[in-house]
Amino acid sequence: MKMRATEAFLKCLEEQNVDTIFGFPGGAVIDLYDDLYDSKTIKHILVRHEQAAVHAADAFARVRGEVGVALVTSGPGATNTVTGIASAYCDSIPIVVFCGQVPTGLIGNDAFQEVDIVGITRPCTKHNYLVKDPKELVATIREAFHIARTGRPGPVLVDLPKDVMAAKVDFTEPKPVNMRTYKPTYEPHPGQVEKACKTIVKAKKPVLYVGGGVIAANAWDELTELARSLDIPVTMTLMGLGGFPGTDSLSMGMLGMHGTYYSNMAVANCDVLIAVGARFDDRVTGKISAFAPHAKIIHIDIDPTSISKNVKVDIPIVADCKHALAAMNDYIKRNDSFDTAAEKEKHVPWLEQIKVWKNEHPLGYVEETDVIKPQFVVQKLHELTGGDAIITTEVGQNQMWAAQFYHFNHPRHFMTSGGLGVMGYGFPAAIGAQLAAPDKVVIDIAGDGSIQMNIQELATARHNKLPVKIAILNNSFLGMVRQWQELFYDKKYSSTPLETAPDFVLLAEAYGAVGLRATKPSEVEPVIKEALATDNTVIMDFVISREEGVYPMVPAGKATTEMLLV
Amino acid sequence: MKHKHTISVLLQNKPGVLSRVTGLFSGRGFNIESLSVSPTLQEKDVSCLTLVTSGEDAIIEQITKQLHKLIDVIKVTDISEKEYVEREMALVRVKAEPSTRAEILRIVDIFRGRVVDVSPKSFAVEVTGTGDKVKAMIDLLRPVGIQEIIRTGTIAMTRASKKY
Ligand SMILES: Cc1ncc(C[n+]2csc(CCOP(=O)(O)OP(=O)(O)O)c2C)c(N)n1
Ligand SMILES: [Mg+2]
Repeated sequence: MKMRATEAFLKCLEEQNVDTIFGFPGGAVIDLYDDLYDSKTIKHILVRHEQAAVHAADAFARVRGEVGVALVTSGPGATNTVTGIASAYCDSIPIVVFCGQVPTGLIGNDAFQEVDIVGITRPCTKHNYLVKDPKELVATIREAFHIARTGRPGPVLVDLPKDVMAAKVDFTEPKPVNMRTYKPTYEPHPGQVEKACKTIVKAKKPVLYVGGGVIAANAWDELTELARSLDIPVTMTLMGLGGFPGTDSLSMGMLGMHGTYYSNMAVANCDVLIAVGARFDDRVTGKISAFAPHAKIIHIDIDPTSISKNVKVDIPIVADCKHALAAMNDYIKRNDSFDTAAEKEKHVPWLEQIKVWKNEHPLGYVEETDVIKPQFVVQKLHELTGGDAIITTEVGQNQMWAAQFYHFNHPRHFMTSGGLGVMGYGFPAAIGAQLAAPDKVVIDIAGDGSIQMNIQELATARHNKLPVKIAILNNSFLGMVRQWQELFYDKKYSSTPLETAPDFVLLAEAYGAVGLRATKPSEVEPVIKEALATDNTVIMDFVISREEGVYPMVPAGKATTEMLLV
Repeated sequence: MKHKHTISVLLQNKPGVLSRVTGLFSGRGFNIESLSVSPTLQEKDVSCLTLVTSGEDAIIEQITKQLHKLIDVIKVTDISEKEYVEREMALVRVKAEPSTRAEILRIVDIFRGRVVDVSPKSFAVEVTGTGDKVKAMIDLLRPVGIQEIIRTGTIAMTRASKKY
């Protein structure tokens, strides 16, 4: 069927079940926006900065488990998306970013608002395309979604020259995408599954080390079954939080640089480490040679390049986490040599040992009566939302306190820029999350520094009547950097104090949102309650103890057992 | 242990595909000693890229996996793990005076090279062979006076099975 390219574009999105896209217009995409205006199926959310469009699409994708979409113009519109794309790339989040481009005849001529965005984003996308021929538009869009969604998910960028979008194209009926050069492996090798299970059965001190792959693969049920059927304690990466219930007795919380004492001790002492959809990031491993030094390592990952990249793996399983875990559970059930009761019995001393570590150094902080402790705020947020809210974070101490103290019980409820660590992620992410799940309480746990990086999105939240809550843990510092300066640079607070800041309550009000402030511990609960009862966008400004630190902390490059404790 | 590896990459001839490969190497700090690429003509829109790199085994494993992960890559073979033949070619312009011409021709002949361009003052010669052979001929011609050297990168092919 012949139709305008812009029409075909929208039909392609509909075919992918896209109902919401985030974007910002400009000359190169004005034709698309003309059609978008009339679309009945696709809601366009006008952000106030293109970076925010990408973060919002990223969080939308995480909450829904689908592909997020952003649309921007050429040149500056495109370059503004780069940080968002890089963050989605590091965290393996499926998004498709469409950029306008100058007409094909002008490409390469340094035309007005021309940048080689395909060149710029080549190293931070899973794949990208410049559509030079209108005939290829439809197939390219379908391929882009296919690549973003399948295998190890990731961002795909499609560059759309203005003349291509003004052409007529042939819209063909969709058929399954079949690419000769791209066929991810989903099914685990049965021999490797057997090897892994036989290794697990020999373990006296096993640990499950769980990353974002478990969430990407919707594998939390299979994971929980494996952990509970054999009583294997579970530790999670920042990206893995929610992959296993945080309040379960087998959960040890997060591991790594700001992980729990008992997670890091358990990994250092385990005899079998089962890594599931995790990538042995340096923030997790600390000094590599001291990471799980006594363990046989089993590694399940859909991306072969993740295996044995940083840490030599004994039993690799290249597969989708869900399929691999299901195969293992199945093997354990079918195989008579697996006496699950005996296995549980055998792990009792190990779980006891972990309990001892937990009692020695529980997650905690020094309570004070006259100043607000950030950890207390996060605990209260957990309590007053029943642990059911979707939490997004900015980056820095706020992010780590959220990870440590909001014990995530559900997958797809925690959105943070894990791999790239982008300040300014949390608020646009909260907007994306709220649009993906309108009935959920969505809270951005923020820092006073980071929130200023995308504060303009208050307009987006207000315009769309999104009851997003922002909880600023306000220490008037770029706190995480200050903490490093305190510990390793003689308290030389170079460029980290943020005394000059807006009055966040007035700022909220300037946008027509609600601003609330708490300066004493007794005000924390009333402020949160009032915020939760408001269906407007709310900023809660919690004035916290200024020089609070995040602990435990493994100094960069040290073994994860060399933790600085509270 | 660092080893030299010759890796053959079959890829789809899409715009920018070469930058994907070279960007991967520069971005991840892998080194490329030589690189040669051309359409295979065996199949439409498919090119073969041969690159020579070196690194510890774990690095080579990453290189092959990362190459394979590129969407436009069809097949990656670490040729040096197999029996293979490799060739490179050089064009060398040497100063040719009446007194040295015979000497040049003798050297070129030993290496089964050919003179491909003649001028009153120079010869351009062509030689193919393994990198070592090409280098050996260049070294012998050096005292005569080399004016210009152009070398291709290495290309390589696995040997066929000798079984009937
Ligand atoms: C875009 C960006 N720039 C710089 C950094 C480096 N950085 C990491 S944490 C941090 C401090 C963040 O301050 P704030 O948002 O107030 O959070 P706090 O640590 O105080 O909770 C900085 C500057 C970053 N992660 N992202
Ligand atoms: Mg701060």
